Amino acid sequence: MLTLSRAVHDQMVAHCLIGLPDEACGLLGGDPDDGLAATCYPTRNLAASAKLYTVDPKEHLRADRDAEAAGGAIIGVFHSHTHTEAYPSPTDVTQAPDPSWHYVLVSLRDTEPMVRSYRIVDGTIEEEPIRLLGR
Amino acid sequence: MPVQVNLPTVLRPHAGGERTVTVEGATVGQVLSALVTQFPGMSGQVIDDTGALHRFVNVYINDDDVRYLSGVDTPVGASDELSILPAVAGGMLPSVTTRPR
Repeated sequence: MLTLSRAVHDQMVAHCLIGLPDEACGLLGGDPDDGLAATCYPTRNLAASAKLYTVDPKEHLRADRDAEAAGGAIIGVFHSHTHTEAYPSPTDVTQAPDPSWHYVLVSLRDTEPMVRSYRIVDGTIEEEPIRLLGR
Repeated sequence: MPVQVNLPTVLRPHAGGERTVTVEGATVGQVLSALVTQFPGMSGQVIDDTGALHRFVNVYINDDDVRYLSGVDTPVGASDELSILPAVAGGMLPSVTTRPR
């Protein structure tokens, strides 16, 4: 299960909306043991594309250092799907970098953004529940 | 010379769970080769068979991505810190951009 504060959730969705018409992406920092994403790190999409995303490596390094300095780690990545559902694409699966991460998809296909989270281990996708803290 | 290498979470199990290890080398390539020699579980995940950087990792000296320096030939000093992170990317393949409704 992935636990998100309302603030992290809203920051993530806002970054995805601001990124339109391109896909937007970012990283989640927090506690790898309890799946609590305490910090949202919006990053630049170097691919600048509506169909592809690449997290800016320099921003990834900064986020990684910040998360580790806070006693945690990067525990996941989020990106938007601008015209499709919130489900990992085959490329998302083959390029999933870390089996311990949470893979969050924000679909902007419909009026209301849809946020879903997945674990991707050895090419197998499994959806996990998202718990939202706060109102 | 000994160089500190910061490992991403995905590689730490191959180094006994350590977040940081120290290996010898004078260039990025030498450091990464020494890393894989010392921790064979990382084989194929950091550099490829030809000694080139694996396309799905990013390697930094201090704050700089080595792809924008001299890649694996970039010299490394004892005061430098080398960091490895996974390249994070994805997207829709052209063949699956329009899913049937």
